[in-house]
Amino acid sequence: MNEVYLILGMAVVTFLIRYPMFALAGRVEFPKVLARALRYVPPAVLTAIIVPAVLMPKGTTLNLSYTNAYLVGALVAVAVGWFKRNLLLTIVAGMTAFFGWQILLRM
Amino acid sequence: MKYPYLKNYQPAKDMAKIATIKSEFTNGVKDIIPLIIGAIPFGIIFGSLAMGSGLSFIGTLAMSALVFAGASQFIALTLLAAGTSWPMIVLTTFVVNLRHMLYATTLVPHIKNLGQRWKIPLAFWLTDEAFAVVIIRYQQQDDSPYKQWYFLGAALFMYLNWQFCTLLGLTVGQMIPNMTTWGLDFAMVVTFIGMVMPYLTEKPMWATVVVAGSVALLTFSLPHKLGLIVAALAGIGAGILTDYFLEGVPGK
Repeated sequence: MNEVYLILGMAVVTFLIRYPMFALAGRVEFPKVLARALRYVPPAVLTAIIVPAVLMPKGTTLNLSYTNAYLVGALVAVAVGWFKRNLLLTIVAGMTAFFGWQILLRM
Repeated sequence: MKYPYLKNYQPAKDMAKIATIKSEFTNGVKDIIPLIIGAIPFGIIFGSLAMGSGLSFIGTLAMSALVFAGASQFIALTLLAAGTSWPMIVLTTFVVNLRHMLYATTLVPHIKNLGQRWKIPLAFWLTDEAFAVVIIRYQQQDDSPYKQWYFLGAALFMYLNWQFCTLLGLTVGQMIPNMTTWGLDFAMVVTFIGMVMPYLTEKPMWATVVVAGSVALLTFSLPHKLGLIVAALAGIGAGILTDYFLEGVPGK
């Protein structure tokens, strides 16, 4: 059954990312070059998810117009995140702008 | 020693500061609460979207219990709904979760003397949120021998909350009609925006974000969301190269 393979596969790769450094702690020197490269992983992965989701909400074509509520919500979130540096506030402001804009568009 | 019975005397003021197993554990739980508040909508939305994307009820609970990595669980739903094969989803999970290796590497100096019966569960429960609070506790300059209990408290509370929110989404979330058409997937996007913003303090990070975002758009039509992996790798490469040109040879 594919679902079983999927869940076990995801669980195994995730644990094999989290555990080896702990397991080998103190016995192996982690190469500095690799440690420096790893710093770029979180923003690279997250941005690669965010940008198409915001600019191509229908999954096929670019939508850069004001009718794109994803874009409006994202711009508000970026502004709040930049000035406030507060995760919870960024989420709340972005969601509020996203839903508020959709209601405005329907009026 | 004139008064040997005073040898073990501690003034009350200092007594209050001495960390116990219990105080470390409860402080860990308390300190992760603000981050858990941010994760609650995330977990509920995951639970409510899961069955519509093709997971079973038990499968959804099992994924939260065994994988316990929010971003990759969300992406797995998107890929599943698009009919992507399981090996491709597992490969994407690997790339998306690779950031946890950075967290583990950063924590190594603090946990290296613990036994495997500590290391295995603490590694399994290592998340963005747990790392954010635990690293601050480890960097405090007191020599409490029980900091691993702080780690355990924070990580375990995060884990239990994620399971509870997944179940809440599966049950209560399912009963709300048309929840998927509300565009609640935007909650994940906006959470990620909030997580990326603090990284944008140095030039190589800007290069990473600009290149990863541009390549993601250009490669969007590639099958099985391969564009996600290509864009992430391009962004990592751009960051390393910019760092190299600005700072010189890596590893110095």
